Amino acid sequence: MTATASGRPSGLTTLTAKDPFELRVGLGEEVPEQTVREALASGDMGFVHSFTTGSTVDGPGVRVVAWTTGCMWRCRYCHNPDTWALKNGFPVSLKRATEEVRKYRHGLRVMAGGFTLSGGEPLMQHHFSMKLLAAVKAMGVHTTIETNGFFGDRVSDAEIANIDLVMLGIKSWNPERHKDLTGQDIAPTLAFARRLAHLRKPVWVRFVLTPGLTDDPEDMARSAEFAADLGNVERVEVLPFHQLGRYKWRRLGLEYTLADTLPPTEEETARACAVWRAAGLNVV
Amino acid sequence: MAIDTSSIQFENDEIMRSAWGDDGAIACCVSPMLVGKQMQFFGARANLAKCLLYAINGGRDEVNGKQVGPEEEPVEGECLDFEDVVTRFDRMMDWLAGVYVNALNVIHYMHDKYAYERLEMALHDYAPIRTMACGIAGLSVVADSLSAIKHAKVRVVRDDTGLVIDYQTEGNFPMFGNNDNRVDQIATWVVGSFMSKIRKHPTYRNALHTQSILTITSNVVYGKATGNTPDGRRQGEPFAPGANPMHGRDKIGIHASAASVAKIPYRDAQDGISLTTTLVPTGLGRTAEERVTNLTAMLDAFFGVTGYHMNINVLNRDTLLDAIDHPEKYPSLTIRVSGYAVNFVRLTREQQMDVINRTFHGA
Repeated sequence: MTATASGRPSGLTTLTAKDPFELRVGLGEEVPEQTVREALASGDMGFVHSFTTGSTVDGPGVRVVAWTTGCMWRCRYCHNPDTWALKNGFPVSLKRATEEVRKYRHGLRVMAGGFTLSGGEPLMQHHFSMKLLAAVKAMGVHTTIETNGFFGDRVSDAEIANIDLVMLGIKSWNPERHKDLTGQDIAPTLAFARRLAHLRKPVWVRFVLTPGLTDDPEDMARSAEFAADLGNVERVEVLPFHQLGRYKWRRLGLEYTLADTLPPTEEETARACAVWRAAGLNVV
Repeated sequence: MAIDTSSIQFENDEIMRSAWGDDGAIACCVSPMLVGKQMQFFGARANLAKCLLYAINGGRDEVNGKQVGPEEEPVEGECLDFEDVVTRFDRMMDWLAGVYVNALNVIHYMHDKYAYERLEMALHDYAPIRTMACGIAGLSVVADSLSAIKHAKVRVVRDDTGLVIDYQTEGNFPMFGNNDNRVDQIATWVVGSFMSKIRKHPTYRNALHTQSILTITSNVVYGKATGNTPDGRRQGEPFAPGANPMHGRDKIGIHASAASVAKIPYRDAQDGISLTTTLVPTGLGRTAEERVTNLTAMLDAFFGVTGYHMNINVLNRDTLLDAIDHPEKYPSLTIRVSGYAVNFVRLTREQQMDVINRTFHGA
């Protein structure tokens, strides 16, 4: 017998939440294709992997964070491959998601925090994402989106105005390496970065340091130079690769090429930070 | 300081003042008092989780089968009915409150008779305010159990003598600690209801009735003596400390669990409501400065919504290793891994070792 909330959610009313590190599969499987298409077109319903409160590492202050499902990239170091498929998330209505964030709005203001929408890739469900961020912004809560920027051209300038901070993932400068690493081109991401710079939108760059994959100093230096030239990058976060996602690759039956890769040492991380810092960026 | 030493507790002065005036101070653990003008008859805790099981079993003890509480017809049928159980639980709390206050009266009368604390009392003003400091253990177990009965389907499992010894729960139900009013209101009702029942009974020396939702270690001891509960907690498993959600059931982070606990009104628990939280320093932010800002922000937010007491435990490598084997001792332990904050006790063992090795580099 169990009395946990781990079962299948009963319709849209059950907003269960779990750690992003818990494997979640097929929670939205029962949603008919037609409904999924309508949801994607209207943005009145979204698919969410998990959400949490009290996060101190997903943007400024203490924040509420929601992770959407669906991603068009297949990053080899991804630690949450169960967020790739849209239907692995549980369906939640825009109204329900908004109300959930609303519960925390006073606390978020006191804690100089806000709401962060991450993924997956939130722009895979850009209508839902933009509507949710607009609603949260209207509550007077600071909004952040964490994105790879690949679908940046799906969002309008007006929609970007509802986002206070963009956390943009830059994976690798070298186009071939980028393709090998993520399965997609880097050009759309860079174009989106330039557009954000043009709009003077505050950006934090997130970079995953993976030994043997993204730790080439020359590559990092070029990315850093690009980021520094944009003029709107407030901070760079160098995130050391870790193996917490390994079991997910195994459990999902996916081929994981980094099974034996070790996390970077403290010295290696410090050296990488120094490369980014050398371009004049604020690195933490 | 809290981050460096792990030894600081935080209490809400604003709320204390509302009940005790400007001279209130912490006298013991969490209890506030007007120092020098007030004394407390210590009252330990009443095990409300066991009280709930007695209500289901017509006053029989679920572990040894003996008739302990007032004899009643036990629940009938296969499934528990919320209204029925609440009515029974209400009656059983009436009985328990009477036995509890009476026992405390006897204890403190005899204590004063044979070991009156003359020296200590000589340091107090004449005619001090006396409180009879009662308390509750197992609040989150009771709240989750009632929530399961209300929102899911709970079947009972009986032994040969008809005693309900286990429960099978089907379906989801909201659990205390997720800022969900459907269950948080049950917890608030339990606290308010038990307090009003305690107040009905005269106390030794007319002490003022108070109550705490605070445990030091009694949550472990009481849990050991309590059978299976409808929320899925197994026989002997510790309760959560104080007003904490049961470990692992507060699934959406510290902001949500603190919000649930802050809903319990202080007027029904003037001896203190305690929330314990555990963290490693890196779980609070990327830089030392941000960690301080974020921790103070969390405290401000908690006390701003009338939270009363927060215990902050800061961990090192050894305690984290201990957390692998004893998750119940480390509620809401959040750690940071790269860009991620995760609840440590819910990771797999392999992940936990990974985390320990990377969190305490070279330590």
